[in-house]
Amino acid sequence: MSSSTTERKLVVDRRGHFLPLSPSEVGSAGKTGSWRTERPVLSPEKCTSCYLCWLYCPDDVITMEPRGPEGNEIPVIDYEYCKGCGICVDVCPVNALSMISEEEPIEIQR
Amino acid sequence: MIEMALNIKSLPKKKYVMPGHAACPGCPETIGFRHLGMALGDKAVTVIPAGCSAVIQGLWPKQGWGLPALNIVFAAGAATASGLARALERRGVDAHVVVWAGDGGTADIGLQSLSGAAERGENIIYVCVDNEAYMNTGIQRSSLTPHGAWTTTTHRGNPGTKKPIPQIVAAHRVPYVATASIGYPWDFIAKLRKAAKIRGFKYIHLHAPCPVGWRFDAGLTGKIAKLAVETGAWILYEYENGKLKLNPPSNRLLDPSKRKPIEEYIKLQGRFRNISPESLEVLKRDIDRNWEEIRTALRAQGDL
Repeated sequence: MSSSTTERKLVVDRRGHFLPLSPSEVGSAGKTGSWRTERPVLSPEKCTSCYLCWLYCPDDVITMEPRGPEGNEIPVIDYEYCKGCGICVDVCPVNALSMISEEEPIEIQR
Repeated sequence: MIEMALNIKSLPKKKYVMPGHAACPGCPETIGFRHLGMALGDKAVTVIPAGCSAVIQGLWPKQGWGLPALNIVFAAGAATASGLARALERRGVDAHVVVWAGDGGTADIGLQSLSGAAERGENIIYVCVDNEAYMNTGIQRSSLTPHGAWTTTTHRGNPGTKKPIPQIVAAHRVPYVATASIGYPWDFIAKLRKAAKIRGFKYIHLHAPCPVGWRFDAGLTGKIAKLAVETGAWILYEYENGKLKLNPPSNRLLDPSKRKPIEEYIKLQGRFRNISPESLEVLKRDIDRNWEEIRTALRAQGDL
Protein backbone atom coordinates (compact mmCIF):
# COMPACT_ATOMS: atom_id res chain seq x y z
CA MET A 1 0.00 0.00 0.00
CA SER A 2 1.52 3.30 -1.08
CA SER A 3 1.34 6.34 1.17
CA SER A 4 2.43 8.72 -1.57
CA THR A 5 0.17 11.76 -1.71
CA THR A 6 1.46 13.36 -4.90
CA GLU A 7 0.62 10.50 -7.24
CA ARG A 8 -3.11 10.39 -8.11
CA LYS A 9 -4.54 7.03 -8.95
CA LEU A 10 -7.76 7.21 -10.94
CA VAL A 11 -10.22 4.35 -11.01
CA VAL A 12 -11.48 3.80 -14.57
CA ASP A 13 -13.89 1.30 -16.08
CA ARG A 14 -13.20 -1.00 -19.08
CA ARG A 15 -13.83 1.79 -21.58
CA GLY A 16 -11.50 4.17 -19.78
CA HIS A 17 -14.23 6.28 -18.16
CA PHE A 18 -13.41 7.81 -14.82
CA LEU A 19 -15.39 6.35 -11.90
CA PRO A 20 -16.01 8.34 -8.73
CA LEU A 21 -14.29 5.76 -6.55
CA SER A 22 -11.51 5.97 -3.99
CA PRO A 23 -9.62 2.85 -2.92
CA SER A 24 -9.02 2.25 0.80
CA GLU A 25 -5.57 3.57 1.51
CA VAL A 26 -3.45 4.62 4.43
CA GLY A 27 -3.15 8.37 4.93
CA SER A 28 -6.34 9.76 3.34
CA ALA A 29 -5.86 12.87 5.51
CA GLY A 30 -2.06 12.95 5.23
CA LYS A 31 0.51 12.13 7.86
CA THR A 32 -1.76 12.58 10.85
CA GLY A 33 1.08 12.00 13.32
CA SER A 34 1.87 15.70 12.91
CA TRP A 35 -1.43 16.54 14.72
CA ARG A 36 0.00 15.13 17.94
CA THR A 37 1.06 17.23 20.93
CA GLU A 38 1.67 14.27 23.24
CA ARG A 39 2.62 10.72 22.36
CA PRO A 40 1.87 7.40 24.05
CA VAL A 41 5.00 5.51 25.10
CA LEU A 42 5.07 1.90 26.31
CA SER A 43 6.99 0.45 29.24
CA PRO A 44 7.36 -3.07 27.76
CA GLU A 45 8.15 -4.75 31.10
CA LYS A 46 4.71 -3.77 32.49
CA CYS A 47 2.68 -4.94 29.48
CA THR A 48 0.49 -8.02 30.02
CA SER A 49 -0.47 -8.45 26.32
CA CYS A 50 -4.16 -7.92 27.06
CA TYR A 51 -4.85 -6.32 23.66
CA LEU A 52 -7.15 -3.63 25.11
CA CYS A 53 -5.13 -0.75 23.62
CA TRP A 54 -5.32 -2.44 20.24
CA LEU A 55 -9.07 -3.01 20.63
CA TYR A 56 -9.85 0.63 21.42
CA CYS A 57 -7.35 2.47 19.16
CA PRO A 58 -9.48 4.78 16.96
CA ASP A 59 -6.76 5.17 14.34
CA ASP A 60 -5.76 1.51 14.06
CA VAL A 61 -2.10 2.47 14.51
CA ILE A 62 -1.37 -0.25 17.10
CA THR A 63 -0.14 -3.66 15.99
CA MET A 64 0.60 -6.41 18.50
CA GLU A 65 4.03 -7.89 17.85
CA PRO A 66 6.06 -10.49 19.80
CA ARG A 67 8.73 -7.99 20.83
CA GLY A 68 8.27 -7.98 24.63
CA PRO A 69 11.03 -8.78 27.12
CA GLU A 70 9.90 -12.45 27.26
CA GLY A 71 8.88 -12.66 23.64
CA ASN A 72 5.32 -11.73 24.62
CA GLU A 73 3.15 -9.60 22.38
CA ILE A 74 3.36 -5.87 22.99
CA PRO A 75 1.71 -2.94 21.20
CA VAL A 76 3.88 -1.29 18.57
CA ILE A 77 2.61 2.18 17.72
CA ASP A 78 2.90 3.73 14.26
CA TYR A 79 3.94 7.29 15.20
CA GLU A 80 3.63 8.43 11.61
CA TYR A 81 -0.17 8.30 11.93
CA CYS A 82 -0.88 8.20 15.72
CA LYS A 83 -2.90 11.32 16.58
CA GLY A 84 -2.00 11.13 20.28
CA CYS A 85 -5.57 10.97 21.60
CA GLY A 86 -4.49 8.95 24.65
CA ILE A 87 -7.31 6.36 24.63
CA CYS A 88 -4.72 3.53 24.81
CA VAL A 89 -3.25 5.13 27.95
CA ASP A 90 -6.72 5.45 29.50
CA VAL A 91 -7.81 1.85 28.81
CA CYS A 92 -4.51 0.19 29.82
CA PRO A 93 -5.31 -1.74 33.02
CA VAL A 94 -1.70 -1.88 34.25
CA ASN A 95 -0.52 1.64 33.32
CA ALA A 96 2.09 0.32 30.91
CA LEU A 97 1.43 3.23 28.55
CA SER A 98 2.00 6.87 29.42
CA MET A 99 1.70 10.14 27.54
CA ILE A 100 4.80 12.27 27.15
CA SER A 101 5.08 15.69 25.56
CA GLU A 102 6.24 15.92 21.97
CA GLU A 103 8.82 18.45 23.20
CA GLU A 104 10.77 15.56 24.75
CA PRO A 105 13.31 13.96 22.41
CA ILE A 106 12.04 10.80 20.68
CA GLU A 107 13.27 7.51 22.13
CA ILE A 108 13.45 4.78 19.54
CA GLN A 109 11.29 1.77 20.48
CA ARG A 110 13.14 -1.52 20.42
CA MET B 1 -21.60 -13.31 29.96
CA ILE B 2 -20.76 -12.14 26.44
CA GLU B 3 -17.46 -10.72 27.69
CA MET B 4 -16.24 -14.21 28.49
CA ALA B 5 -17.52 -15.78 25.30
CA LEU B 6 -15.53 -13.47 23.05
CA ASN B 7 -11.76 -13.84 22.98
CA ILE B 8 -10.20 -10.50 22.05
CA LYS B 9 -7.07 -12.16 20.69
CA SER B 10 -9.06 -14.22 18.20
CA LEU B 11 -10.55 -11.13 16.53
CA PRO B 12 -9.35 -10.37 12.97
CA LYS B 13 -6.18 -8.29 12.88
CA LYS B 14 -6.95 -6.74 9.51
CA LYS B 15 -7.12 -2.95 9.38
CA TYR B 16 -10.76 -2.00 8.87
CA VAL B 17 -9.92 1.65 9.47
CA MET B 18 -6.94 3.00 7.59
CA PRO B 19 -4.40 4.90 9.71
CA GLY B 20 -4.22 8.54 8.68
CA HIS B 21 -7.98 9.06 8.18
CA ALA B 22 -9.57 12.45 8.83
CA ALA B 23 -11.31 11.79 12.17
CA CYS B 24 -10.56 13.98 15.18
CA PRO B 25 -8.25 12.42 17.80
CA GLY B 26 -10.22 10.10 20.09
CA CYS B 27 -13.10 9.64 17.64
CA PRO B 28 -15.66 7.02 18.76
CA GLU B 29 -16.98 6.37 15.23
CA THR B 30 -13.70 4.93 14.03
CA ILE B 31 -13.52 2.70 17.11
CA GLY B 32 -17.01 1.46 16.34
CA PHE B 33 -16.22 0.99 12.66
CA ARG B 34 -13.21 -1.16 13.53
CA HIS B 35 -15.48 -3.33 15.67
CA LEU B 36 -17.93 -3.56 12.77
CA GLY B 37 -15.13 -4.88 10.58
CA MET B 38 -13.96 -7.29 13.28
CA ALA B 39 -17.50 -8.61 13.70
CA LEU B 40 -18.54 -9.07 10.08
CA GLY B 41 -15.21 -9.24 8.25
CA ASP B 42 -14.93 -8.62 4.53
CA LYS B 43 -18.57 -9.56 3.93
CA ALA B 44 -19.68 -6.15 5.19
CA VAL B 45 -20.64 -3.50 2.65
CA THR B 46 -21.38 -0.13 4.21
CA VAL B 47 -23.74 2.63 3.13
CA ILE B 48 -22.72 5.95 4.65
CA PRO B 49 -25.12 8.92 4.53
CA ALA B 50 -23.83 12.41 5.25
CA GLY B 51 -22.31 12.82 8.68
CA CYS B 52 -18.99 12.50 10.46
CA SER B 53 -18.41 9.07 8.97
CA ALA B 54 -18.51 10.50 5.45
CA VAL B 55 -15.96 13.16 6.40
CA ILE B 56 -13.65 10.71 8.17
CA GLN B 57 -13.03 8.95 4.86
CA GLY B 58 -10.76 11.83 3.91
CA LEU B 59 -10.12 13.33 0.53
CA TRP B 60 -10.22 11.80 -2.91
CA PRO B 61 -8.34 9.84 -4.32
CA LYS B 62 -8.12 7.82 -1.11
CA GLN B 63 -10.65 6.73 1.46
CA GLY B 64 -10.03 5.90 5.09
CA TRP B 65 -12.44 3.01 5.72
CA GLY B 66 -11.16 -0.50 5.19
CA LEU B 67 -14.57 -1.72 3.94
CA PRO B 68 -16.50 -0.86 0.77
CA ALA B 69 -18.43 2.33 1.48
CA LEU B 70 -21.18 3.88 -0.61
CA ASN B 71 -21.71 7.57 0.15
CA ILE B 72 -25.24 8.84 -0.20
CA VAL B 73 -27.37 11.84 0.78
CA PHE B 74 -28.59 12.32 4.32
CA ALA B 75 -32.17 11.14 3.86
CA ALA B 76 -31.49 8.00 1.82
CA GLY B 77 -29.29 5.74 3.97
CA ALA B 78 -31.76 2.90 4.49
CA ALA B 79 -33.37 3.32 1.03
CA THR B 80 -30.01 2.97 -0.72
CA ALA B 81 -29.08 -0.01 1.41
CA SER B 82 -32.42 -1.66 0.51
CA GLY B 83 -31.61 -1.48 -3.19
CA LEU B 84 -28.01 -2.51 -2.69
CA ALA B 85 -28.98 -5.53 -0.58
CA ARG B 86 -31.55 -6.68 -3.18
CA ALA B 87 -29.09 -6.19 -6.06
CA LEU B 88 -26.33 -8.10 -4.30
CA GLU B 89 -28.71 -10.91 -3.43
CA ARG B 90 -29.92 -11.19 -7.03
CA ARG B 91 -26.32 -11.35 -8.22
CA GLY B 92 -25.61 -14.08 -5.68
CA VAL B 93 -23.09 -12.06 -3.69
CA ASP B 94 -22.83 -13.15 -0.04
CA ALA B 95 -22.66 -9.80 1.74
CA HIS B 96 -24.05 -7.97 4.76
CA VAL B 97 -25.25 -4.50 3.82
CA VAL B 98 -24.75 -2.18 6.77
CA VAL B 99 -26.01 1.39 7.02
CA TRP B 100 -23.55 3.36 9.12
CA ALA B 101 -25.44 6.57 9.90
CA GLY B 102 -25.14 9.24 12.55
CA ASP B 103 -27.90 10.34 14.88
CA GLY B 104 -28.99 13.10 12.49
CA GLY B 105 -29.07 10.67 9.58
CA THR B 106 -31.16 8.28 11.67
CA ALA B 107 -33.46 10.18 14.00
CA ASP B 108 -34.05 13.40 12.07
CA ILE B 109 -33.33 13.46 8.35
CA GLY B 110 -33.13 9.74 7.66
CA LEU B 111 -36.11 8.64 9.77
CA GLN B 112 -38.52 8.23 6.83
CA SER B 113 -36.21 5.92 4.86
CA LEU B 114 -35.34 4.02 8.06
CA SER B 115 -39.02 3.53 8.80
CA GLY B 116 -39.73 2.52 5.22
CA ALA B 117 -36.97 -0.08 5.09
CA ALA B 118 -38.00 -1.44 8.50
CA GLU B 119 -41.63 -1.73 7.43
CA ARG B 120 -40.67 -3.51 4.17
CA GLY B 121 -38.41 -5.86 6.14
CA GLU B 122 -35.33 -5.27 4.01
CA ASN B 123 -32.43 -7.61 4.74
CA ILE B 124 -30.00 -4.99 6.09
CA ILE B 125 -28.26 -4.07 9.33
CA TYR B 126 -28.81 -0.45 10.32
CA VAL B 127 -26.26 0.95 12.77
CA CYS B 128 -26.97 4.38 14.25
CA VAL B 129 -23.76 5.88 15.63
CA ASP B 130 -25.24 8.22 18.21
CA ASN B 131 -22.91 11.04 19.21
CA GLU B 132 -25.93 13.08 20.31
CA ALA B 133 -25.60 16.11 17.96
CA TYR B 134 -24.63 17.15 14.44
CA MET B 135 -20.90 17.03 15.11
CA ASN B 136 -19.36 17.38 11.66
CA THR B 137 -21.22 20.60 10.86
CA GLY B 138 -20.37 22.20 14.19
CA ILE B 139 -22.24 20.61 17.11
CA GLN B 140 -25.85 21.56 16.40
CA ARG B 141 -28.61 19.96 18.44
CA SER B 142 -30.28 16.84 17.05
CA SER B 143 -33.35 15.04 18.32
CA LEU B 144 -31.02 12.61 20.12
CA THR B 145 -29.29 15.31 22.20
CA PRO B 146 -30.04 14.69 25.90
CA HIS B 147 -31.82 17.26 28.03
CA GLY B 148 -29.69 20.11 29.35
CA ALA B 149 -26.73 19.53 27.05
CA TRP B 150 -25.00 22.54 25.51
CA THR B 151 -24.72 22.67 21.74
CA THR B 152 -24.05 25.61 19.41
CA THR B 153 -27.81 25.92 18.84
CA THR B 154 -28.81 25.39 22.49
CA HIS B 155 -26.54 27.72 24.46
CA ARG B 156 -28.63 27.43 27.61
CA GLY B 157 -28.99 23.68 27.42
CA ASN B 158 -31.16 21.49 25.22
CA PRO B 159 -34.83 21.99 26.18
CA GLY B 160 -35.91 18.72 24.55
CA THR B 161 -35.26 15.12 25.47
CA LYS B 162 -33.76 12.16 23.64
CA LYS B 163 -36.09 10.57 21.08
CA PRO B 164 -36.60 6.85 21.85
CA ILE B 165 -35.43 5.62 18.45
CA PRO B 166 -34.76 1.96 19.43
CA GLN B 167 -38.37 1.71 20.67
CA ILE B 168 -39.66 3.45 17.52
CA VAL B 169 -37.84 0.90 15.34
CA ALA B 170 -38.93 -1.97 17.60
CA ALA B 171 -42.53 -0.82 17.13
CA HIS B 172 -42.12 -1.72 13.42
CA ARG B 173 -41.97 -5.34 14.66
CA VAL B 174 -38.58 -6.02 13.11
CA PRO B 175 -36.75 -9.20 14.18
CA TYR B 176 -33.83 -7.55 15.95
CA VAL B 177 -33.26 -4.21 17.70
CA ALA B 178 -30.37 -3.64 20.10
CA THR B 179 -28.43 -0.90 21.82
CA ALA B 180 -24.66 -1.01 22.18
CA SER B 181 -21.83 1.20 23.39
CA ILE B 182 -18.29 2.02 22.28
CA GLY B 183 -17.21 1.19 25.84
CA TYR B 184 -18.35 -2.46 25.50
CA PRO B 185 -16.85 -3.72 22.21
CA TRP B 186 -17.45 -7.41 22.97
CA ASP B 187 -21.16 -6.67 23.44
CA PHE B 188 -21.34 -4.68 20.18
CA ILE B 189 -19.41 -7.34 18.22
CA ALA B 190 -21.61 -10.14 19.59
CA LYS B 191 -24.76 -8.17 18.67
CA LEU B 192 -23.49 -7.51 15.15
CA ARG B 193 -22.72 -11.20 14.67
CA LYS B 194 -26.15 -12.12 16.00
CA ALA B 195 -27.79 -9.58 13.65
CA ALA B 196 -25.84 -10.96 10.68
CA LYS B 197 -27.41 -14.39 11.24
CA ILE B 198 -30.98 -13.03 11.26
CA ARG B 199 -32.86 -12.40 8.01
CA GLY B 200 -34.81 -9.15 7.86
CA PHE B 201 -34.32 -5.66 9.18
CA LYS B 202 -31.83 -5.37 12.06
CA TYR B 203 -31.20 -2.18 14.01
CA ILE B 204 -28.31 -1.46 16.42
CA HIS B 205 -28.07 1.86 18.23
CA LEU B 206 -24.43 2.53 19.16
CA HIS B 207 -23.71 5.11 21.85
CA ALA B 208 -20.58 7.07 20.82
CA PRO B 209 -19.25 9.81 23.12
CA CYS B 210 -17.65 12.56 20.99
CA PRO B 211 -14.68 14.37 22.60
CA VAL B 212 -15.09 17.49 20.45
CA GLY B 213 -18.83 17.94 20.76
CA TRP B 214 -19.23 16.80 24.35
CA ARG B 215 -16.20 18.83 25.41
CA PHE B 216 -14.02 16.25 27.14
CA ASP B 217 -10.42 15.14 26.83
CA ALA B 218 -9.81 12.98 23.73
CA GLY B 219 -8.34 10.17 25.84
CA LEU B 220 -11.56 9.66 27.82
CA THR B 221 -13.83 8.37 25.02
CA GLY B 222 -13.83 4.79 26.32
CA LYS B 223 -14.16 5.83 29.95
CA ILE B 224 -17.15 8.13 29.32
CA ALA B 225 -18.87 5.47 27.21
CA LYS B 226 -18.51 3.02 30.10
CA LEU B 227 -19.67 5.62 32.66
CA ALA B 228 -22.80 6.27 30.58
CA VAL B 229 -23.74 2.61 30.99
CA GLU B 230 -22.62 2.30 34.62
CA THR B 231 -24.65 5.38 35.66
CA GLY B 232 -27.70 4.13 33.78
CA ALA B 233 -27.74 7.08 31.36
CA TRP B 234 -27.37 4.59 28.50
CA ILE B 235 -28.97 1.15 28.74
CA LEU B 236 -27.76 -1.97 26.92
CA TYR B 237 -30.67 -4.14 25.81
CA GLU B 238 -31.96 -6.04 22.83
CA TYR B 239 -35.36 -6.88 21.38
CA GLU B 240 -35.29 -10.28 19.74
CA ASN B 241 -38.58 -10.87 17.91
CA GLY B 242 -40.15 -8.30 20.20
CA LYS B 243 -38.88 -9.89 23.41
CA LEU B 244 -36.87 -7.47 25.53
CA LYS B 245 -33.71 -8.57 27.31
CA LEU B 246 -31.22 -6.48 29.30
CA ASN B 247 -27.56 -7.17 28.56
CA PRO B 248 -24.62 -7.00 30.93
CA PRO B 249 -23.76 -4.79 32.69
CA SER B 250 -27.17 -3.07 32.43
CA ASN B 251 -28.98 -6.21 33.62
CA ARG B 252 -27.48 -5.63 37.09
CA LEU B 253 -28.52 -1.97 37.15
CA LEU B 254 -32.31 -2.33 37.23
CA ASP B 255 -32.10 -1.41 40.91
CA PRO B 256 -31.20 2.34 41.01
CA SER B 257 -28.95 1.87 44.06
CA LYS B 258 -26.59 -0.29 41.99
CA ARG B 259 -25.99 2.56 39.53
CA LYS B 260 -23.18 5.08 39.89
CA PRO B 261 -24.44 8.65 40.51
CA ILE B 262 -25.19 10.44 37.21
CA GLU B 263 -22.94 13.32 38.34
CA GLU B 264 -19.88 11.11 37.77
CA TYR B 265 -20.84 10.88 34.11
CA ILE B 266 -21.78 14.50 33.46
CA LYS B 267 -19.03 16.22 35.44
CA LEU B 268 -16.42 15.04 32.91
CA GLN B 269 -18.29 16.68 30.03
CA GLY B 270 -18.03 20.39 29.21
CA ARG B 271 -21.45 20.32 27.54
CA PHE B 272 -23.08 19.87 30.97
CA ARG B 273 -20.83 22.41 32.74
CA ASN B 274 -23.53 25.05 33.07
CA ILE B 275 -26.48 22.73 33.60
CA SER B 276 -28.98 24.21 36.07
CA PRO B 277 -30.18 22.12 39.03
CA GLU B 278 -33.69 22.08 37.48
CA SER B 279 -32.35 20.76 34.16
CA LEU B 280 -30.33 18.14 35.99
CA GLU B 281 -33.53 16.97 37.69
CA VAL B 282 -35.26 16.72 34.29
CA LEU B 283 -32.29 14.75 32.91
CA LYS B 284 -32.47 12.35 35.88
CA ARG B 285 -36.22 12.03 35.42
CA ASP B 286 -35.70 11.16 31.72
CA ILE B 287 -33.26 8.41 32.66
CA ASP B 288 -35.59 7.07 35.34
CA ARG B 289 -38.43 7.06 32.83
CA ASN B 290 -36.35 4.99 30.39
CA TRP B 291 -35.66 2.46 33.13
CA GLU B 292 -39.32 2.49 34.18
CA GLU B 293 -40.36 1.66 30.61
CA ILE B 294 -37.89 -1.23 30.54
CA ARG B 295 -39.18 -2.48 33.87
CA THR B 296 -42.79 -2.30 32.62
CA ALA B 297 -41.91 -4.19 29.44
CA LEU B 298 -40.01 -6.88 31.36
CA ARG B 299 -42.91 -7.24 33.79
CA ALA B 300 -45.41 -7.46 30.93
CA GLN B 301 -43.54 -10.38 29.36
CA GLY B 302 -43.21 -12.09 32.74
CA ASP B 303 -39.45 -11.70 33.23
CA LEU B 304 -39.67 -9.67 36.41
